[in-house]
Amino acid sequence: MFLINCPFCGEREQSEFKAGGEAYLERPKQPTELSDDEWAEFLFMRKNIKGVQFERWNHAHGCRKWFNIARDTSNDQIKAVYKMGEKPPVK
Amino acid sequence: MSKNLRFKSSKLVDETYRISFKFNNKTYYGYKGDTLASALLASDVHLVGRSFKYHRPRGIMTAGSEEPNAIIQLHDNTSRTEPNVRATEIEIYEGLVASSQNCWPSVNFDIGGINNFLSPIIPAGFYYKTFMWPKSFWEKYEYFIRKSAGLGKSPKETDPDIYEHKYIHCDVLIIGAGISGIIAAKMAAKNGLKTLLMDEKSFLGGSTIYDNSEFSKINNQITSSWLEKEINEISKLENLEIKTRTSVAAFHGYNFLLARENLTDHLPISQRENKIRHRLLKIRSKKVINATGAIERPLIFDNNDRPGILLSSAMKKYIDLYGVACGENNILFTNNDTAYETAMSLLQRGIKVNAIIDNRVEIDSKLSYEVEKNNIRIFKGYTVVDTYGYKRINGLSIMQLSKDGQKVIGKKIKLSCDSLGVSGGWTPAVHLFTQSGGKLKFREDDQVFIPNKYPSDQLSIGSCNGDLSLEEITTNTVLSVKKFLNINNTDYKTFEITTGINKSKRNIWLLPSDKILGKTKSFVDYQNDATAKDIKLALREGFRSIEHVKRYTTTGMGTDQGKLGNMHALGIISETAGTKMGEHGTTTFRPPYTPLTFGTIVGRNVGEFFDIIRRTPIHDWHVANNAKFENVGQWKRAWYYPKANENMHQAVQRESKAARDCAGILDASTLGKIDIQGTDASEFLNRVYTNAWSKLAIGKCRYGLMLNEDGMVYDDGVTTRLDENHYIMTTTTGGAANVLGKLEDYLQTEWPELDVYLSSVTDHYATISVCGPHSKKIVSKVIPDLDFSDEKFPHMSFKNTKIGQIKCRVMRISFTGEQSYEINIQSNYGKSVWEKCMEAGKDFNITPYGTETMHLLRAEKGFIIVGQDTDATMTPIDLQMDWIVSKKKYDFIGKRSLYRSDTIKDDRKQLVGLLTENPKEVLEEGAQIVADIKKSPIEMLGHVTSSYYSPNLNKSIALGVVKGGKKMLGQKLIIPMENKNINVTVADPVFLDKEGERLNAKL
Ligand SMILES: [Zn+2]
Repeated sequence: MFLINCPFCGEREQSEFKAGGEAYLERPKQPTELSDDEWAEFLFMRKNIKGVQFERWNHAHGCRKWFNIARDTSNDQIKAVYKMGEKPPVK
Repeated sequence: MSKNLRFKSSKLVDETYRISFKFNNKTYYGYKGDTLASALLASDVHLVGRSFKYHRPRGIMTAGSEEPNAIIQLHDNTSRTEPNVRATEIEIYEGLVASSQNCWPSVNFDIGGINNFLSPIIPAGFYYKTFMWPKSFWEKYEYFIRKSAGLGKSPKETDPDIYEHKYIHCDVLIIGAGISGIIAAKMAAKNGLKTLLMDEKSFLGGSTIYDNSEFSKINNQITSSWLEKEINEISKLENLEIKTRTSVAAFHGYNFLLARENLTDHLPISQRENKIRHRLLKIRSKKVINATGAIERPLIFDNNDRPGILLSSAMKKYIDLYGVACGENNILFTNNDTAYETAMSLLQRGIKVNAIIDNRVEIDSKLSYEVEKNNIRIFKGYTVVDTYGYKRINGLSIMQLSKDGQKVIGKKIKLSCDSLGVSGGWTPAVHLFTQSGGKLKFREDDQVFIPNKYPSDQLSIGSCNGDLSLEEITTNTVLSVKKFLNINNTDYKTFEITTGINKSKRNIWLLPSDKILGKTKSFVDYQNDATAKDIKLALREGFRSIEHVKRYTTTGMGTDQGKLGNMHALGIISETAGTKMGEHGTTTFRPPYTPLTFGTIVGRNVGEFFDIIRRTPIHDWHVANNAKFENVGQWKRAWYYPKANENMHQAVQRESKAARDCAGILDASTLGKIDIQGTDASEFLNRVYTNAWSKLAIGKCRYGLMLNEDGMVYDDGVTTRLDENHYIMTTTTGGAANVLGKLEDYLQTEWPELDVYLSSVTDHYATISVCGPHSKKIVSKVIPDLDFSDEKFPHMSFKNTKIGQIKCRVMRISFTGEQSYEINIQSNYGKSVWEKCMEAGKDFNITPYGTETMHLLRAEKGFIIVGQDTDATMTPIDLQMDWIVSKKKYDFIGKRSLYRSDTIKDDRKQLVGLLTENPKEVLEEGAQIVADIKKSPIEMLGHVTSSYYSPNLNKSIALGVVKGGKKMLGQKLIIPMENKNINVTVADPVFLDKEGERLNAKL
């Protein structure tokens, strides 16, 4: 079970958090301009990386804030935790 | 009277404290400190159970948690009964009652034993192959399998014991209090680290604590004495907490571990009252040190499973620690020096060792010479080829091994014995290390897997790290712990070690026999009866991955997870397939390391504490008025209020009729309420709901539908504009938390530029809904100062007002289609306002109704319930709710998905009304809907989502989803049931008052 360092609250048990899937998927500003395929790309397609993956997490049973995590999916190591809008500190 | 095999002056057993217990209805005696296994062995009982598949007689094999055979049922037919308890772990207490499991009618005469003779027709994969065909026979097979197989019985009564959970945070957790664990604990604690040391046994010191031989010394002291002094010293250390009878069940990532502390299982039942039985420890440790030791390997030869055959180390433990001899005429069979230690322990007490059979040709250790000096025959370069005796070994035959160890040669020699100790060397106990995600490497020298890559801040020391000699254990432990904990000062300088054994070993995974393989029964997994032959068969049939072989042969799938035989399975696979060890993977050991009771897992979360229960502020009134309750999420909601002898149907019919004919009252406090404020609140609602919100006037209410980005209906509810920048949104009862989460997500991550603040206020307000033609009169009496005229207070509007001194909000909104008012007031006034409404409505036959009537009333109106009439595949268009989808808005959540090629298809499942040919016939919710029952296979068009008998329409009504249903109005369809087909007609989903006249009805 992860020990997640919430950027607002500090280290907390994983059970306080909710995973929110892949990060950096921006909702298209003009969905109506998109073809079915382009919209489906945003809607359905997700990466499945072996290695460092950027994820959204929510401190659901804490400060309710969303933030980002860079996690190595091959060994579950959390490489970085950072606020929304900040640049990822790792590659 | 059975023989007494107890010898005086053992280390652990208190001979002044005699204990009686029952095993298979017979009374036995043991002493305090005994395990059930040691006490039985002292009474010469080896046969304790039957194997799972062949029902072969099985005896005690080990002296620890790795035991595959001696698993028993405790206190059968009582509330404290527990299956699958290892006799080698349970400490005896006065009044203990144990029985063999997996045998019927008794361990001595077992019907299933016939499987042993049928075994040629029960090969690996037997269950898969046979029972899959013909399918219709499964029920018959199952009956016999269930009767003759079985891994114990689960209790039928409520568990009387108390369990609890506890969180622990520490600097260093040391798992295992053998010699390396003790050394590490002393080093950590003396350097100021908060240290926790735990061991599954009742005593400290592991197997070293009974290493009493003159041949084994540390710094010129007998090893066990040296360790005793160390233990004495650490028990006084302040930073160190020691927990015995505590076994780690799981080692998860980030050094999160679960351990079970056993507090009362060793006490007489009379002393357990009001005490906590097990404590589940949830441990977060900065650093973890695995000192879990090693498990001795058996040897794989024909009939290696008879009662009386034990691990040689177990034999040593029973005599040295418990003072119990496993037999009077012992033979040891080994491929390494370990067995010579056992031989010496037996010889020192004058117990007969008939012979030692050693796979090795050259043996060169102090102890082996010592054994020879005692005139014990050592058969060098020999192997056991068979054993004899059905319920107890009485002899064996041996032959010489060929040079390459692949064949046996020469003449067969027969030897007699009543107990056989086997040693195939040692397997580091890496279970917890691999559970945590650690990667292993294979060490060719002695054919063991050892830790290689650590996934977290942890270290393995001692024999679980592959340091198997006393010298390696002591020296390497100090060096690596120093580095790991980053400490300089320790009490340990150098260790002067003397031992009588060497590391030499001749490893042969499957020992050869003079019989062909097909005629042998060389068990690899004792608990699941998997033999070497089965594994080879699996390989022949094309299985390669160890995980597949494991499932096909069931090797390692017992409650012991194959702690003894998994290495041999791997060895036999790699030998047969001609590959390197580990190439086919190693099996994964999964939590728990040893089985946990359900009680331990749930802790205090039982009975009324099983889950959080949410009650509305009016709950007590419902209880006092005989309400039946329904669980909606964590909420208890009044379901219906039966009067006198009414059943549910009668109550709901009465309530439904009253709500339309006079007045009804509903506790709607559970609806989710989200307070929305900010200058962009209107814009925000525009984006999250399908309809337009910017033009909603202050004081008005509007129904909204919320979609997921994929266009599917997610939630619905009425939102009211309280002020320019202030709204209150209602959500479904079950959806409240998720809706808030979703809205927060959009606000924080997609639209951070919006000035909007959300707050859950579900619990802040009680919500009382009064409906029906008399509703206006009733609420006017409760709030006489408020003008309830239709002109001043029309449908879909709201007023701020007061009841007495207490502020409240009244919304005129309706989920029943009747004229209806919703009073929202601070929670703690909810009950008194409800009572006021009841009082005011007395003359108008005001009738409290529950969720069932609410569902019926809204179904008459064709109003959907999200989650009942929808699943995550219904768009608003599918629901015939096109009217609520704004065409003008540029965007809202899910809009683009409403015209994807898939969502615009005509033949999607769409919501329709259904009327039965026989108006008295009520459909079953969930029933399938079809058009043509003659065609095979029958095409399923959809299913019934809501169905009721309407007392207001005097007929059965239903809602359902049907493929292309929108265009089927008036068409006949069929609901096929088990014993009949029900004819229905597709109808408009609005069954009552399509014009909405009842919203303003006057009586
Ligand atoms: Zn937080």
